Amino acid sequence: MYKSYLEEDMGRKGIFKWILSTDHKRIALLYLYSMMFWFTIGVVLGLLMKLELIAPGKTLMGPQAYNATFTVHGVIMIFLIVIPGLPAVFGNFLLPIQIGARDVAFPRLNLFSWYIYVLGSILVIISLFGNGPPDTGWTFYAPYSFKTGTNMLPAALGAFVLGFSSILTGLNFIVTIHRMRAPGMTWMKMPLFTWTLYGTGWIQLLATPIVGITLLMVAGERIFGIGFFDPAKGGDPLLYQHLFWIYSHPAVYIMILPAMGVISEIIPTFVRKTIFGYKAIVISTLAIAFVGYFVWAHHMFTAGMSGTALFTFSILTFIVAIPSAIKVFNWISTMHQGSISTEIPFLWATSFIFIFMIGGLTGLVLGSLATDVHLHDTAFVVAHFHFIVFGGVGFAFFGAMHYWFPLIYGRMYDSSWARTGWIVFFIGFVSLYGPMFYLGIKGMPRRYFDYLEEFHGPNIISSFGALVMITGLVIIVTNLIKSARNGPIAAHNPWGGTNLEWRIQAPPILENFDEIPVIDKATYKFD
Amino acid sequence: MKFRSSIKQPISLTKPRTMSEPTVHHNQHRDDLGSKLGMWLFIFTELLLFGGLFIVYAVYRYKNSQAFHLAAQELDVTIGTINTVILLISSMTIAMSTTAIQKKDKRTTLLLIGTTLFLAVVFLVNKYFEWSGKIGHGLFPGSLVLEDLGQGDVLFFGLYFFMTGLHALHIIVGMVLLGFGFVRVWKDRLTFDNFQLLENGGLYWHLVDIIWIFLFPLFYLIT
Repeated sequence: MYKSYLEEDMGRKGIFKWILSTDHKRIALLYLYSMMFWFTIGVVLGLLMKLELIAPGKTLMGPQAYNATFTVHGVIMIFLIVIPGLPAVFGNFLLPIQIGARDVAFPRLNLFSWYIYVLGSILVIISLFGNGPPDTGWTFYAPYSFKTGTNMLPAALGAFVLGFSSILTGLNFIVTIHRMRAPGMTWMKMPLFTWTLYGTGWIQLLATPIVGITLLMVAGERIFGIGFFDPAKGGDPLLYQHLFWIYSHPAVYIMILPAMGVISEIIPTFVRKTIFGYKAIVISTLAIAFVGYFVWAHHMFTAGMSGTALFTFSILTFIVAIPSAIKVFNWISTMHQGSISTEIPFLWATSFIFIFMIGGLTGLVLGSLATDVHLHDTAFVVAHFHFIVFGGVGFAFFGAMHYWFPLIYGRMYDSSWARTGWIVFFIGFVSLYGPMFYLGIKGMPRRYFDYLEEFHGPNIISSFGALVMITGLVIIVTNLIKSARNGPIAAHNPWGGTNLEWRIQAPPILENFDEIPVIDKATYKFD
Repeated sequence: MKFRSSIKQPISLTKPRTMSEPTVHHNQHRDDLGSKLGMWLFIFTELLLFGGLFIVYAVYRYKNSQAFHLAAQELDVTIGTINTVILLISSMTIAMSTTAIQKKDKRTTLLLIGTTLFLAVVFLVNKYFEWSGKIGHGLFPGSLVLEDLGQGDVLFFGLYFFMTGLHALHIIVGMVLLGFGFVRVWKDRLTFDNFQLLENGGLYWHLVDIIWIFLFPLFYLIT
């Protein structure tokens, strides 16, 4: 008798059906809903900043409020959304299904990770009260982070706690992939999304503790006045920056690798062709995960390092761009001579490639020493990382949402509204962040509530872009929420995908498979 | 939702299994190798957690080598050595306990875990006296005595308290883990063919031990 995971409540009632369930699919949705809550707050804060910047001088808020707004916006968006984002939601939902397992290796640890996530969120909320929200920027740069009178300690501890949630998720995924693949599911038959989760898992495991200990040191600094990063006591603030970016640069790859995995899943399905260069994509995934560890100091080109260090980190930054470019090449080649159907997920995937290329190439502008000196700490940097972090992860996330929606809820969304939402969002996105490249080159600094009159024009476009983009978001999210509740029942495997997740009934049953499948053919084989 | 029964069952994924094929117990929830792998991965994380501190130590030692040299002479090598020996013996006893449980010797297993826990307590007591001695002399972060000594000493004792403090915290976590093991052996829920929790606890204990093996020379011996 078929009973989907949404109906199977194990005899629990109300909210306990969710918060006590160790089913990886329910945990994925727990993450999804908590992230939707935070994303709404983060977006509103971002909109407030854009409204402040619609005209020079004070329009909505003064300097202190603006500093707090961009700090909290950054902390929420980075630590609560994009870092857990794709792995915690789609990784949790799909990883066991894609490799033919009934659940992750440690289901209880998986639920525990979500509780740690919630604890981290509570700490972030606490930081908003008391002496006022933190105003250090999400990077918590020393020595200001322990000198400021604002309430930054809970925010830093929140980031520390969230790091552990991320580590445990990564650990769980690595063990699951090593131990629980179905018979016949060899490494080179694994779906590419699973491969990117594997690479991501290692980054989560090996990079996150560094920022953990760094934030603990900042806490020690604030509570006991130890002096690790305090120049007055012999500490070195530059060392803080190094330690912080040793994690926080690889964190960018925690965000972007699963996004690339999503795109590698969507494209073959909608061009009805096997992925071009499967092995190259796998190797480039691992290469990005590996080289990504050694580029951190490109965030610090103007902080004062030796010439050798500058040169080395710049070269390494260029090297890490190569595997990303290989992936783009492979996606485009997959489309070549394919039978393309421009369904909604495919639109998100192609616009991801477009946005990601702009984000990636402007990253190289910032990775070159000479241009970086000019552009450092300008709006150009903000535009660049929003193209990568929001453009990359955001487009992939919505792509994934529209692609796997029929699997997750067993229902279909309204495709004309989804298409409208996508085009409005896309136009809004480009007009929001596009002008900031220009503003940055012209010399408008980031993180100021005010600017000179000469920057006014592009800022107006940017602020209106924000409104357009949010309109798009509202359309997309409303459509998805309505469809999750009342949408028409989706056909079996609506896109004609080849992975395991499309061969089971949607929504999946409690432990995914009645009987563990035996995999005997290659991935991405279309008939 | 009744309409689902009308949906045709999707294609079968499995080949019909014949009796000769080995049965794979995928629905079996216990996977000892998997949980050992998980513990190893967690140990990597922990090593990198301390790794960050070792980097900080290395940088500040390089910048203040003379002050670190003098400050290290303030620490009591005897207590440090005793603590090192204690931890090494406790690592041995916990390793022996995993052998004892496999030999179905419950009494010896409990005795060995108990010894490990006892040694851990002795370690912490020593640490307590060492710390309170230092604090009594005004050598603690934020104290005026320490700030008068100079920046090198501030950093040395800052690192000393932070690193040994974090290490002591790990000792306590390890004790909790081994305490669980003790109770489970006691209640016969952890037996000769199901001792992964004990082995993982032991692995964690070795981690705590090896971190100390690095802390000891860095703070006590390099003078």
